[in-house]
Amino acid sequence: MSVTTAPTVQPMNLTTGTFTLNRSERPAGPAATTLSVAGRTLKKFFRNPQLAVLGTIQGAMFLLIFRYVFGGAMAQGNVPYVDYLVPGFVVTGLLFSGMTTATGVAEDVEQGFFDRLRSMPVPRSALVTGRAVADTVTLTWGMLVTVAIGFAVGFRPDGSVPDLLLALGLTVAFGFAFIWLFVLLGLLAGNAQAAQGVAMLVFPLSFVSSAYVPVDSMPGWLQPIAENQPLTAMVNAVRSLALGSPEAAGLTGTTTHWVVVSAAWAVGLVAVFAPLAVMKYRRTA
Amino acid sequence: MTITGTTTGTPIVEAHGLSKRFGKTQALDGLDLVAASGQVVAVLGPNGAGKTTFVRTIATLLRPDGGTLRVDGIDVTKDPEQVRRTIGLAGQYAAVEEAMTGRENLKMVARLFGHSRRSAAAAAGTVLDQLGLTDAGDRLVRTYSGGMRRRLDLGASMVGAPRLLLLDEPTTGLDPRSRIELWDAITAMVNNGTDVLLTTQYLEEADQLANQVVIIDHGKVIAQGTPAELKSQAGRDVIELHACNPAEIPQLATILAAVGVEDPRVDPSTRRITVPVDGGTAVLPTAVRAIDEAGLHVEDIAVRRPTLDEVFLTLTGEPVDEAA
Repeated sequence: MSVTTAPTVQPMNLTTGTFTLNRSERPAGPAATTLSVAGRTLKKFFRNPQLAVLGTIQGAMFLLIFRYVFGGAMAQGNVPYVDYLVPGFVVTGLLFSGMTTATGVAEDVEQGFFDRLRSMPVPRSALVTGRAVADTVTLTWGMLVTVAIGFAVGFRPDGSVPDLLLALGLTVAFGFAFIWLFVLLGLLAGNAQAAQGVAMLVFPLSFVSSAYVPVDSMPGWLQPIAENQPLTAMVNAVRSLALGSPEAAGLTGTTTHWVVVSAAWAVGLVAVFAPLAVMKYRRTA
Repeated sequence: MTITGTTTGTPIVEAHGLSKRFGKTQALDGLDLVAASGQVVAVLGPNGAGKTTFVRTIATLLRPDGGTLRVDGIDVTKDPEQVRRTIGLAGQYAAVEEAMTGRENLKMVARLFGHSRRSAAAAAGTVLDQLGLTDAGDRLVRTYSGGMRRRLDLGASMVGAPRLLLLDEPTTGLDPRSRIELWDAITAMVNNGTDVLLTTQYLEEADQLANQVVIIDHGKVIAQGTPAELKSQAGRDVIELHACNPAEIPQLATILAAVGVEDPRVDPSTRRITVPVDGGTAVLPTAVRAIDEAGLHVEDIAVRRPTLDEVFLTLTGEPVDEAA
């Protein structure tokens, strides 16, 4: 006859009564706090298959749909549609990453993570900055995956290598700029579901732009909106760089023009939304 | 109101006329409280009494509209930074990261409190050991039970070795066993010399953990004292019975009135009669005998501890839910 022993539960070490924990006199500074928070957010992303894999697959799926389902109907004069599409797709992908930022921030509010951090003696602005840094890393990763898939489905840019690298760099900068908007939306929404709803604004923003089709193919009343929103400038800059010239992208103006305009938009977005996000976060009601 | 503790010196929490309003709701309405260092203070009250608002104000998450609040002598509005160095907060949610291990969670918080890599690892190890989580320490928190998460959350609030631990409803939603484990963990903190201020809706919890109990309602302190003082004042045992026959309720109520110290309360819809008594178990046989002699019938009769509702009824003269 065999005797099975119940698994022993580790007893709490409570009888001893005392234990020693040391206090540190100097809490973490801005840089250390930013890194800690960023590290945690990255772990959350890469250890959460749902976030890491689904986000990637979703992007790839849309790229394939646009490339193979709509691609034939949307052939552009100067270049194959796949060359036209991929730069636009990479830039709008930033907004879809942004939705993850908004819901992630809202979850942090909802689940008390921000409360814990705000009750600690660390710089409050660093907590939001850590989030922005981490999400810039994850969107860069997502962007590189998208570009790789783009190459796999026939994307062959004519731009020089420095121009292509500049295009990638600009895209990361645009992503960083948009993150602040989404951090603010997440803070304002306060819970993940509401954040997801608010973040839906990325759909009109991404479709009413030059990302998938040329602006001059849109109805007249829609053109001024599409023409004058940040995403169009960013897509135009990245596309001009990637395709080697604005003409190849079906655009007027010089590449420099589009780079400057889009960079100005990015700076503007950070200048407006970063202080608002930090203020909202700091505020102790 | 002053709570005298075992040690003298600067009170750990000192609130005078503290007020905070959210829209139409006056969450804190001139709350006065002085809690000496060296003890566990339980803030007891129903939902919406202002408990969480009070804790969040101490934790510098909310700025009071009026009044003063000092933590270990430091004014929360003038020097919130210094207050944050003094406190550790465990809120109503277990604010631990699911995608990290227990050890990683604790190390991160320790690093934020300024520990070096090595000393953060040591502190995390100590805390895990203290909370009986060493075996689970390198597992993702995602795999933890609710009780383990709460314990880890408690650990995260203490890994920076705060002077004052703030626990907002630490055991809400836990099963009885996990609750008792958490109580043990909190008791260990206290033995280690950390002051604790916790909120709870459970009289029993306040009784178990606290040297001093403060009852608040509508953002004001309505009673305070040691658990024993409050129980003798407002927390008498209760005899509760359910009548078999609604027609017998008046007679049963008369019998209970004879053994009780207040008028019996009758709930006709459930045929329940309750009455506060002095020396519960001694009085019960008397009541049972009287019911038997009168030839009446009850479904059940028992002595039990008073509920928070009943304490409130006694202290405020109105039931919790109608007190708005």
